[in-house]
Amino acid sequence: MMHLEQLPPWAAVIIALFVVVGASLTLLGGVGLVRLKSFYQRLHAPTLGYSYGTLLIILASMLMFSLAEGRVVVHELMIGIFIMVTTPITLLMLGRAALRRDRDRKLGHDEVVPPRIRSTEPPAETETESETGDPQP
Amino acid sequence: MSRFVPHPVLSAVLVLMWLFLTAFTPGHLLLGTLIALGAGWSVEHLHPPKPVFRRWLAIPKLMAVVALDILRSNIAVARVLILGPDHPKYHSGFVELTLRLRDPNALAVLAIILTGTPGTAWIEFDQEEGRLLLHVLDLRSDDDWQSLIRDRYEALLMEIFE
Amino acid sequence: MTAEILRFALGYAQIALILALGLACWRMLRGPRAQDRVLALDTMYSIAMLLFLVIGMGNGNVFFFEGALVIAVLGFVTTVCAAKFLMRGEVIE
Repeated sequence: MMHLEQLPPWAAVIIALFVVVGASLTLLGGVGLVRLKSFYQRLHAPTLGYSYGTLLIILASMLMFSLAEGRVVVHELMIGIFIMVTTPITLLMLGRAALRRDRDRKLGHDEVVPPRIRSTEPPAETETESETGDPQP
Repeated sequence: MSRFVPHPVLSAVLVLMWLFLTAFTPGHLLLGTLIALGAGWSVEHLHPPKPVFRRWLAIPKLMAVVALDILRSNIAVARVLILGPDHPKYHSGFVELTLRLRDPNALAVLAIILTGTPGTAWIEFDQEEGRLLLHVLDLRSDDDWQSLIRDRYEALLMEIFE
Repeated sequence: MTAEILRFALGYAQIALILALGLACWRMLRGPRAQDRVLALDTMYSIAMLLFLVIGMGNGNVFFFEGALVIAVLGFVTTVCAAKFLMRGEVIE
């Protein structure tokens, strides 16, 4: 742990702040994953960790290794760009898969989803939160 | 653009990434360049729609707007999660919008923005009619999502791409 | 003093991330539907990646970064395959 002593105090405070806030945001995303009631609400929870949780921890890591090694370390940006590009793809595909499964009448479920987009009537903007049934695993 | 380097930007970014991940030596420069050229050729065989940027100057503005919005909605979603989903002030649901954007690259960027922002999730898009289904976590009744997305993102994206 | 602040922050971050990992794991085990499990698995991958980064910062070891990159790539591929299966796999019912 020698490298921790070499950092200047202002950098240590900034790194500590970034790491603490980023980890707290990710933890909050996990709490949301447990607390929220329906799948479509839960789809929003991990985005906290994906967006600013990852960004803050990556910035802290970049700052720390740059100061500790005395050169500019930008490895971590690769992870940031990768997460930024891939997260929307996974969440989008999961959302579409869930919508398709919820429209399928053969699978027992109790989510209320809007009908296919072709119809012109406005969708019902309500959503049931009951999870008492025993849906398809 | 030319026959040998069909995607110059992609190849240059790949070479840079290769050098960052390994080391800045001539050998790695050569190897990375070969791999990047191969990747460019294989992408060319997929025939992706080539993006045409009309105004480069609007891109930093869009990035700043998006970064600010993601920060703001991070705070909003964190407040919803702390107060609990049963709080009567919050109400989540589906929203249906009509988009004027038609360019596939612009639509991809809009999908990345909306999905990356906590609180909105892009669920389904109908290409022919331009109808988009969003799920919004904190759906305030006085908030008109249609005009919000049109004024904030769609106008900028149309400025850049169309 | 500098090292104490950092050590506290990194320790707190590790505990918070492990807690988040546990919460996501609970959601993955409980379900109730397949898409919930896939979403929780994807979240677990991303939290494990952040945990690797934080541990690497604590050790001063750059090689944890490579592990984090591998986890990020694996998580993306896993989730896309699982979502694809959820979308198309119903045909075999």
